[in-house]
Amino acid sequence: MTDYAYYPGCSLEMAASPYDKSVREVFKALGINLHEIEDWNCCGATMYMSVNNTVAYSISARNLAIAQKMGMDVCAPCSSCYTILRKTNRYIDWDPIERERINQALSAANLTYDKPVDVRHPLDILVNEIGLDTIRAKIVNSLAGLKVAPYYGCQIVRPYGYFDDVDDPVTMDKLLQALGAEVTHFPGKVRCCGGMLMTTEEDIALKLNLGLLQAAIDNGAEMIATACPLCQMNLEAYQDKINRTFGRNFNIPIVYFTHLVGVALDVPPSKMGLDKLLVSPDKLLARAKEVRV
Amino acid sequence: MIEKIEPFPKSEAELRTAFWGQLGKFPEGNKIKTCLQCGTCSGTCPVSYAMDITPRQVVALFRAGRIEDILHSRTIWICASCYSCTVRCPVGIRVTDTLYALKRIGMSRKIFPKQFQVHTLSKAFINNVYKYGRNHELGLVVRYLLKSDFVKSFTMMGFGLAMFRRGRLAILPRRIRRVNEVRAIIKRANELGEN
Repeated sequence: MTDYAYYPGCSLEMAASPYDKSVREVFKALGINLHEIEDWNCCGATMYMSVNNTVAYSISARNLAIAQKMGMDVCAPCSSCYTILRKTNRYIDWDPIERERINQALSAANLTYDKPVDVRHPLDILVNEIGLDTIRAKIVNSLAGLKVAPYYGCQIVRPYGYFDDVDDPVTMDKLLQALGAEVTHFPGKVRCCGGMLMTTEEDIALKLNLGLLQAAIDNGAEMIATACPLCQMNLEAYQDKINRTFGRNFNIPIVYFTHLVGVALDVPPSKMGLDKLLVSPDKLLARAKEVRV
Repeated sequence: MIEKIEPFPKSEAELRTAFWGQLGKFPEGNKIKTCLQCGTCSGTCPVSYAMDITPRQVVALFRAGRIEDILHSRTIWICASCYSCTVRCPVGIRVTDTLYALKRIGMSRKIFPKQFQVHTLSKAFINNVYKYGRNHELGLVVRYLLKSDFVKSFTMMGFGLAMFRRGRLAILPRRIRRVNEVRAIIKRANELGEN
């Protein structure tokens, strides 16, 4: 498939705008067309499910119903959106009564959702649809020697393990290796960053992120590649606070995995929002430019 | 000799009915009956150390007829939805979804842990979605901190400024064009399902 209905999600509009930009640029460079779902709304995240099931799935389904009209599968980069949209599909498929209710709710906006569209994560699309061979053939800069910890976080592999193992996923490892990078052992690859706990229960979240950063450093990583806006923000924006709280000295760039694909494909860094990161990866990535393939 | 089994008090009976109803609302919800009390959920949970009752104890308390105690605990609101317990449970209980079910029961009946404001974040979030169709990060965090931790809102300013300077923080929310569609869907869905 070369066309996808693109669902950026709220985080990618602002805090994770570098993720949004890099996904769009990388897909363009690989000849895949992303068509943004027109006037999409919030998927409801984990919050709405704490309040009301029917409402949570109905607002999530509005986006899927619009994608159905477009006749395309959905590409959702935010792990949380990805899980919610997939969960909505599963739920609608499982419970005919609720399917009816959700469609009744959607009818208030003249929408129907009766031909489910698949929801894919860009990591899955890059590796399993486009394929590593196609990507390899387009590499301009090698990431040789760059030591990267692959951080999957929770929700792209759990709970469904749709495209990779729930405990030991390797899709990102393979992708980064194809770009020439050295993927370090990372025991925290599917360990939780705490997500919204950074806002609500900071002490807990800081400890979780301390563990992740330490595990990355201890195993020789120079950089962490993420696939989720919350993981990226917690690991990057709270490094200072973690340093102050626990007496550490972390200064490790946290990029999105798509940034590394983009650098390898020679997409200009500023087009991918790499200059918007708080811990600059420029020095490390400059090395790639020197190793033209 | 068989001891006489007392019926549940009225409030507990009502909560149990609601809970069973919620457990029927997601795939494999009824598997809670098969819990072995092995503690794999608590062992794999990255935040169970900070919970006042562990996920395993949640099931035990439910069996003991103490749902209200579960709702008064911080546990269900500390869960970060990482789904580790769900994929590891040897009998296939969807622990994370079970905790969501409990959150919905607590929310609808306003039974919360004392001096613990996590649920207000959910409230702020859904108000955001209703108003704008999307979630506005700054508005959400500010509204939450003002209600829960006024002092922290000052310590967060440096962080906010750093993000703002890099164009990663919007001061004002933006409304989607057809927010009326979202509102109509929410209204209709609210009429359809009690929660």
